[in-house]
Amino acid sequence: MTEEQIRATILEIISGIIPDEDLSDLKGDIPIREQVELDSMDFLDIIMELRKRFGIEVPESEYTELATLDGSVSYLEPRMKTL
Amino acid sequence: MITDGPDASRVVITGVGLTAPNGNTLAEFRRSLLEGKSGVQRFEVRYMGEVLAGICHFDPLRYQKKKEIRRGTRAGSIAIYCAREAVTDAGLELDSLDKARTGVYLGITEHGTVETENEIYEIKQFDYDVKYWSHHHNPRVVANNPAGEVTLNMGITGPHYTLGAACAGGNAGLIQGMQMLLLGDVDLALAGGVSESSGSFGIFAGFRSEGALASHPDPEKASRPFDRDRNGVVVAEGGCVYVLERLNDALKRGARIYGEVAGYAMNSDALDFIFPCAERQVECIKLALDRAGISPDGIDIINTHGTGTAEGDPVECRAIREVFGEHPHACMNNTKSFIGHAMGAAGALELAGNLPSFADCIVHPTINLDNPDPDCSLNTMVINKPKRIDKVDYILNNSFGMLGINSTVIVKRFQQQS
Repeated sequence: MTEEQIRATILEIISGIIPDEDLSDLKGDIPIREQVELDSMDFLDIIMELRKRFGIEVPESEYTELATLDGSVSYLEPRMKTL
Repeated sequence: MITDGPDASRVVITGVGLTAPNGNTLAEFRRSLLEGKSGVQRFEVRYMGEVLAGICHFDPLRYQKKKEIRRGTRAGSIAIYCAREAVTDAGLELDSLDKARTGVYLGITEHGTVETENEIYEIKQFDYDVKYWSHHHNPRVVANNPAGEVTLNMGITGPHYTLGAACAGGNAGLIQGMQMLLLGDVDLALAGGVSESSGSFGIFAGFRSEGALASHPDPEKASRPFDRDRNGVVVAEGGCVYVLERLNDALKRGARIYGEVAGYAMNSDALDFIFPCAERQVECIKLALDRAGISPDGIDIINTHGTGTAEGDPVECRAIREVFGEHPHACMNNTKSFIGHAMGAAGALELAGNLPSFADCIVHPTINLDNPDPDCSLNTMVINKPKRIDKVDYILNNSFGMLGINSTVIVKRFQQQS
């Protein structure tokens, strides 16, 4: 997957988890939870989706890497580039 | 006698919110019951394929966000829809409710079965590796879930819990709400019952294994309590929530009053896991009559519990004949013949369908009663067509459940004393 594909995939996952939110203006460098209503259970849904879809395990100590959209892409790129 | 007390010790119904397989408001539901419109349909169930079920068609998005629906349970959605509809029906504004003095009391037959089955199905795709088990599982399956979802949705901070009472759940919720009002624990009770049972293959399969799951080439004819050709239960989902208030509070705000809870009773068979007991049902009905301070001839409508099973229906009929005699004054009907067995919602829902009789004096019928079983003979059963009667002052509602749990609720027409 390219970075753009990874970004689109993350957005698609988030959109399924918080379907009432408009993600079209989501800024890449600002924490996602500051921009949309996304609580800790929703965040765990993101982790679960990455596990189910791509077999990616995100250790709890690295959850902060996924705070922003840009950070998520950077963190996931090495794990998803071969998908 | 309950209705002789001061207004602060009398409880009235001032709002009704419901969803049934044949109607999403009391008016729709009532119209379907008078027009003979069934709500039973063909329905796909995991592992079993096509079965017959009563399925509700309310719009959960009316009161919930998509995320709430995704995170919560079907029982929660049903409860929220019914509670919100009930509050509106009672002429109350959600924003003006005293949220700390409002309680939510919902009867359930079971809860968590649907969600657990879903999760096991999900992890099966990952060879049962439990790291794929959802973090949403526990808040979905805790027994208070349906009532708790109502409080989350409505911002209610008073007490909430469910009452696990098998198929007497709807009546148990109503009775609990009444009792909490009389204790002064709350000023407004959202009370009734809900069921999401049609989402569980295990409930269908369990009835089938008992030889008690209804089948018929025509879905609308499958639920046929008291009929010679009945062959079991049609599983249904549904919900009904009442707004209950103490009479003095209801009068003070000029509320419309559907009826007054005049009598109630619950007891236990202490006999069998499944089979009912006429003797204990008789005691339950008599206790409710005693509390209402009326004789059997005071009851105008009896809504029967009959589910369409070979063993259960004759037992209830025997109990009713013993209390009310071979030629009772009361007319009788059965709501499950239209919608199937809405389990935890059944008692509350079936009572609701009869409440409009206080105003229109029409008794909705039992449908599909084409060949009455002599073992289930009830001489004043209203069969296949509605019946107009002279007056309706008291309605009695029976609901019984597994493990031998019995409940009877009696509601009285409310008359303003001059």
